[in-house]
Amino acid sequence: MKINLTITIAKSLLLARWKQTLIAAIGVTFSITMFITLLGFMNGLNELLDGLVVNRTPHIRLYNEIKPSKKQPIEQLKTSDIQHHFIHSIKPNLGRTNIYNSLAIIEALKHKKEILGVAPKVTAQVFYNVGSVDITGVINGIDPEVEKKLFVFDDYIPAGNSMYIKNIPNSIILGKGAADKMMVGIGDNVQVTTSKGERVSLKVVGFFQSGIQDIDKVQSYCSIATTQKLLGVDNNYITDIQIKLHDINQAPLLAKKYGEIFEIDALDIQTANAQFETGSSVRTTISFAVGITLLIVAGFGIYNILNMMIYEKMDSIAILKATGFSGQDVRNVFLTIALSIGFFGGIFGLIFGFSLSALVDQIPFNTPALPTVKTYPVSYNPFYYFIGCTFAIITTYFAGLFPARKASKIDPVIIIRGK
Amino acid sequence: MSPIVLQAKNISKEFHDPTTIQVLFDIDFSIRRGEFVSVTGKSGCGKSTLLYILSTMDTDYSGELFIDNQLVTGKKEKELAKIRNEKIGFVFQFHYLLNEFNVLRNVMLPGLKLNQLTQEEIEFRAMEKLKILGIEKEALKMPNQLSGGQKQRVAIARSLINDPLIIMGDEPTGNLDKKNSNIVFDVFKELTHTMNQTLLIVTHDQEFANNTDRIIDMEDGRIISS
Repeated sequence: MKINLTITIAKSLLLARWKQTLIAAIGVTFSITMFITLLGFMNGLNELLDGLVVNRTPHIRLYNEIKPSKKQPIEQLKTSDIQHHFIHSIKPNLGRTNIYNSLAIIEALKHKKEILGVAPKVTAQVFYNVGSVDITGVINGIDPEVEKKLFVFDDYIPAGNSMYIKNIPNSIILGKGAADKMMVGIGDNVQVTTSKGERVSLKVVGFFQSGIQDIDKVQSYCSIATTQKLLGVDNNYITDIQIKLHDINQAPLLAKKYGEIFEIDALDIQTANAQFETGSSVRTTISFAVGITLLIVAGFGIYNILNMMIYEKMDSIAILKATGFSGQDVRNVFLTIALSIGFFGGIFGLIFGFSLSALVDQIPFNTPALPTVKTYPVSYNPFYYFIGCTFAIITTYFAGLFPARKASKIDPVIIIRGK
Repeated sequence: MSPIVLQAKNISKEFHDPTTIQVLFDIDFSIRRGEFVSVTGKSGCGKSTLLYILSTMDTDYSGELFIDNQLVTGKKEKELAKIRNEKIGFVFQFHYLLNEFNVLRNVMLPGLKLNQLTQEEIEFRAMEKLKILGIEKEALKMPNQLSGGQKQRVAIARSLINDPLIIMGDEPTGNLDKKNSNIVFDVFKELTHTMNQTLLIVTHDQEFANNTDRIIDMEDGRIISS
């Protein structure tokens, strides 16, 4: 049968009961709206929470672990079957914590196409001196430009400017927690003592706030050169090479590979932060479950309305069949009805879902832990819009399928003779 | 002799619910082109049951049915629907017009389903059929704005839209008053005379039957005279 005719018949049946149709469509619209908003909100939150860790964590970190050497010198000596080495109380040697040949490694990594960027880092253990009290801290020597590009560094600088540490000599971006403890503001000087016992005065040019209190109390940032000066080392001295990949999922594999190539310790993000993945996936699963439940409820609404429609239109179906419409034609008509309810309800659901998400996005959300977040986080990932629309169509298709099959099986003789 | 358009061979039917009762016994007859046939008999004699078997809508019977010299017994639902669409026109006791469509659209529907002519051609033909039945003025009205007699005439126009081989009617005048019954009868009569249309009408209106070309009289599931 011509599609046009199916649509014409479906349309007139729909419009004949437009109030019921509207209610069914509103059911779908409502569920899609809630589905989109819920998932958008939940994922906005997920991205924010993951971002706290993932944005600031390199996908692969290359470093030298302080550990006893795997092969003790005595093991070089060949042993026979009856001899065995017993070595007690193995200690790590005073090995270098910096990476051997670091500049060459960085240069090599920069040319690999799977890598988005490489950021060198120097870590120095220090004490912040406040009067007679010393507070332990860590100064990270970084390149603010690269850091900004790869690890959205600026999002975590509520005051000051990250570029200052590069441009102003002997300057520091102080952790907000540490700054509060020392009661210093931007422009003040702080005294730090390095592990070697040297005292240096640094100018505060900004604050760093990650939202994780324990980090903010300890971590501060300087330029690489300043940190190297604090440690009294030359400019080859790099303790960490941070790598950001194009595809985070390749991290474990590539970490192992780089570790072998450069004979260095390599840690991937999945191993370092396994718990975050779990949290995200559980939250996403819950949102999907709620969204799909809403859709199924809407599906039952459509099912009911189509069933009613079929009872009301029994005569029309009978005469359509008597005049030559096959069971399949009748089924197509009712499926078209169901699908158009799903389609239009779904489209409006997407629009309203987007609007509601945008509205949630405007609601103020101030928390001291997250300085750069001012409103509720919302994700506008098109994937959820696509899923929402697909589910709307699928649910309405199945909601329509059973009544449509029932309609297609109506025996015109029974209806016509019954009069 | 005109060609045979419909032939029934040994058609029998049983109802199984609640107990098995045979309602038709070896019905054997044929209808030729241009004949105006009426089927009469008392209530429950099986005349309507026979009509629905002949119309291909009821497939639960034994025996063989030929329409246009083609065996239709045992064909699939979709094929039967196509045969009804192309070759059979229906007029029922109740008009069965679709209230969602206007008169013209109701008449056009089987034509649109057949899908052999363009929409404009079908519309033109539908108007012609409405003119034959004298209700072209009502073409754009909705069915519920028409009188009972007018509705039945629209139903007849609808049965004519695909130029069917045969028109079957199940008590087409059963719901109409004397005046409208006469109008419908005159329409049928004219169709046979001017267009050589074949008609098979089930009725218990003896006066109606007496004016047709041929009466098939049934009693207790058998044809007693034809």
